[in-house]
Amino acid sequence: MTRETIALKIKRQDAPGAKPYWNVFKLPSLPHANVISCLQEIQRNPVTADGKTVTPVTWDCNCLEEVCGSCTMRINGRVRQACTALVDILEDPIVLEPMSKFPVVRDLQVDRSRMFENLRKIKGWIEIDGSYDIGEGPVFPEKIREKAYALSQCMTCGCCLEACPQFTLTNDFMGAATFSQVRYFNLHPTGAMNKEERLEAVMKSGGIADCGNAQVCVEVCPKKIPLTESIAEIGRETTLQLLKNLVLK
Amino acid sequence: MPRREKKIVVIGGGLAGLSATMKICEFKVRVTLVSFQPVKRSHSVCAQGGINAAIDTKGEGDSPEIHFYDTVKGGDFLAHQPLARDMCHQGPAIIRLMDRMGVAFNRTAEGHLDFRRFGGTLYSRTAFAGATTGQQLVYALDEQVRRHERDGLVQKLEWHEYLGAVVDGAGVCRGAVVHDLRAGNILAIAADAVVLATGGPGQIYARSTNSTVCTGSAAASAYLQGAKYANGEFIQIHPTAIPGQDKLRLMSESARGEGGRIWVPRNPGDNRDPLKIPEEDRYYFLEENHPLFGNLVPRDVASREIHDVVYNRKLGVGGQPTVYLDLTHQPPEFLERRLGGIIDIYRKFTGQDPSRVPMKIFPAVHYSMGGLWVDYESDGHGMVDHRSPRNQMTSIPGLYAAGEVDYQYHGANRLGANSLLSCIYTGLLIGPGIVRYCDNLDKGRDAVPSSLFDRAKKEWDNRFAEIKRMNGRENPYALHRELGDLLLTNVLIVRENKKLLETLDGLDGIEARFKDIKCLDTSDWSNPTPSFINQLYNMIHLSRIITKGALLRDECRGAHYKPEFDLNQPDRFDPHEFIDYLEKKQYGPPREEDYPPGHLAYMRRFEANEEEWLKTTIAQYKNNGPEISYEAVDLSLVTPRPRKYD
Repeated sequence: MTRETIALKIKRQDAPGAKPYWNVFKLPSLPHANVISCLQEIQRNPVTADGKTVTPVTWDCNCLEEVCGSCTMRINGRVRQACTALVDILEDPIVLEPMSKFPVVRDLQVDRSRMFENLRKIKGWIEIDGSYDIGEGPVFPEKIREKAYALSQCMTCGCCLEACPQFTLTNDFMGAATFSQVRYFNLHPTGAMNKEERLEAVMKSGGIADCGNAQVCVEVCPKKIPLTESIAEIGRETTLQLLKNLVLK
Repeated sequence: MPRREKKIVVIGGGLAGLSATMKICEFKVRVTLVSFQPVKRSHSVCAQGGINAAIDTKGEGDSPEIHFYDTVKGGDFLAHQPLARDMCHQGPAIIRLMDRMGVAFNRTAEGHLDFRRFGGTLYSRTAFAGATTGQQLVYALDEQVRRHERDGLVQKLEWHEYLGAVVDGAGVCRGAVVHDLRAGNILAIAADAVVLATGGPGQIYARSTNSTVCTGSAAASAYLQGAKYANGEFIQIHPTAIPGQDKLRLMSESARGEGGRIWVPRNPGDNRDPLKIPEEDRYYFLEENHPLFGNLVPRDVASREIHDVVYNRKLGVGGQPTVYLDLTHQPPEFLERRLGGIIDIYRKFTGQDPSRVPMKIFPAVHYSMGGLWVDYESDGHGMVDHRSPRNQMTSIPGLYAAGEVDYQYHGANRLGANSLLSCIYTGLLIGPGIVRYCDNLDKGRDAVPSSLFDRAKKEWDNRFAEIKRMNGRENPYALHRELGDLLLTNVLIVRENKKLLETLDGLDGIEARFKDIKCLDTSDWSNPTPSFINQLYNMIHLSRIITKGALLRDECRGAHYKPEFDLNQPDRFDPHEFIDYLEKKQYGPPREEDYPPGHLAYMRRFEANEEEWLKTTIAQYKNNGPEISYEAVDLSLVTPRPRKYD
């Protein structure tokens, strides 16, 4: 559907804790336009539909091809990346809001540092001896690699957490992205050497036991990561670990 | 004697910055890692097709020496040879390291690493993780750095931007001034050394394959503080990207490495559905013009061919500046497994499925071969002394550079899948030398008077106050677009001196209008506008380096092409004739009859051109613009000769 002009209705907020408000912008419709190019157009001409000059809208973005995860926001009510949100296939007016499960920094920018902290908690890395050349990595089947690759594309964008009913602004639930990363590192032959530590990390408060199985995470994941599979598998593994702990500790 | 406790500031969290951080941490030296965004979102994630290392798993006879030759030939012999050679020899170790870190590289039936073809070589040398190799490599390094962060060696300053170096009276870098992009305040950080791993300058063209943070601003800032900038005019135009208002999205060279074919309808105006056009009516121009390398000629060659077909021969698809990149002959499962990432991008941005219809693509600005001049120390045997503090140091002592922001590995044209290699290689290379540099310093950062940092902070506080007071008529974002349009029109694939001169005037005009900018937002909290205005200023200066370097270099070399100075290589010319010519010359004047007609004259033209232009361009900031001089290239290992890919 091609239109001559498009309307953008944007939820704005000057600072954390400030009162949100709305601005509407009318822009000329251009070929190949996406939400990012519209926001850039607003930077070049920050005037609202009713003729008021405002400060340009702020948002986070970087790669603009859906591999960095930065420009995640709610677009017409649905959480997704702004770069792949093509204007031609969006309903008018296009409503932009910041993600609601993370603290707003300003306008469409939110603070997702909680996700990165969780990666630290689960020891999201392979414990290599050092960067010196000590030879090849472990040999393992392409099938396992394919499985791992599907998980390793997680760009910490937060879509799955925004959609998750269990994940809120104030609780400590880790969420699907983190659980899936536990599975990812545990799949690797070297990573598996620290498997138990990672499982233990998601057996505490905010861990896998709090997952309510709503299964919406997998529906919104832009990279189609099999998140519910990861949750099921980590659920099983943690149950086994629990039993092991009962017997051995 | 106990070693001084040391601290190094690394600016940039892409592959170079992360690998430098990791390596420095292994020496138990503390690192402050400064990045625009969480490091996991750095531009290196955009790299798609793979990373080169001559491991020769397919019995093709590949070796690091052949990789080295391909690299310097690909760069039209402008790269420093010991460096390129050392990098290629480190390639296998780097791949093995990344593999041990858990990068999900595609594997063979036996479970070993798989390799595929890429441009500018005849060997399967490129390790890959689907078509998101850069993303996977960044994540693996990010994970290792997070591990060092847990151990207290790394302090991350994400959402911070580098503004400039703190340089003392003796010209030594003693720290960095950074801008907190959230709180808006400016701080001067004391450090024993600073590493710039800040990537390329694609944003000066406004629309490129680069991410939004790739403004080149940090490099330009170093240049404005006196650092030398080298080979600025060599900007790589990637042959295959898809159009967009905000960005030109890359379609990886690996598409051709996996069998993708470039073509246009043979007859202009043939508007049939591409799948209905029979083979004989298709013009596979790369394959026809370069039978040996075919679709895998280097990027400069492919971009020029596409430019020629579309603009000079008017054969673009549907009369548009577009050609087909065709993968429809490959099975969808094969494409998904080996190219999934880019297939997905194409689908999402165009709504079409590349396994069913040929992709429509066109060249786009992609990479800067040039960058901050950096030093190195040869080991005297054609490689690099890995412990030397000189390695990767800019002309400002204590200020280092690694990754796309440096200049000396890719010459006049970078080969595909060599950038990930050079980023990680330079990051790792910096480690031992920079630690020794810190140990050898006359005094540690704590002994530097605090007034130096106070003064640096004050200068930048004043600069930002000045920017916030700008209340003219120009919109900085619109002016940026104009800057990009000016360069896209004139400083691209085909360059003409007249247009380059006009561009320099145009840049003066843009700089004059820059003074009339309005700072659209003067608030303190999370306000990108003043920061962008400062970046725009730096981008204008960087554009001058590129344009003036291009104007003065009257020749064709790699990505820098001026038809006026084309040496017109004769048909059926064999580059070995030139080696033969050089040898014969030692025994007297070579004779016309020893060579096919026209070849001797061509070789003489080539020789004279090499004599005049085979040298590194150096730009230094003088009188509000770049003063250009030239330096010798280290050619100690292989003899430069005419390039040919037919």
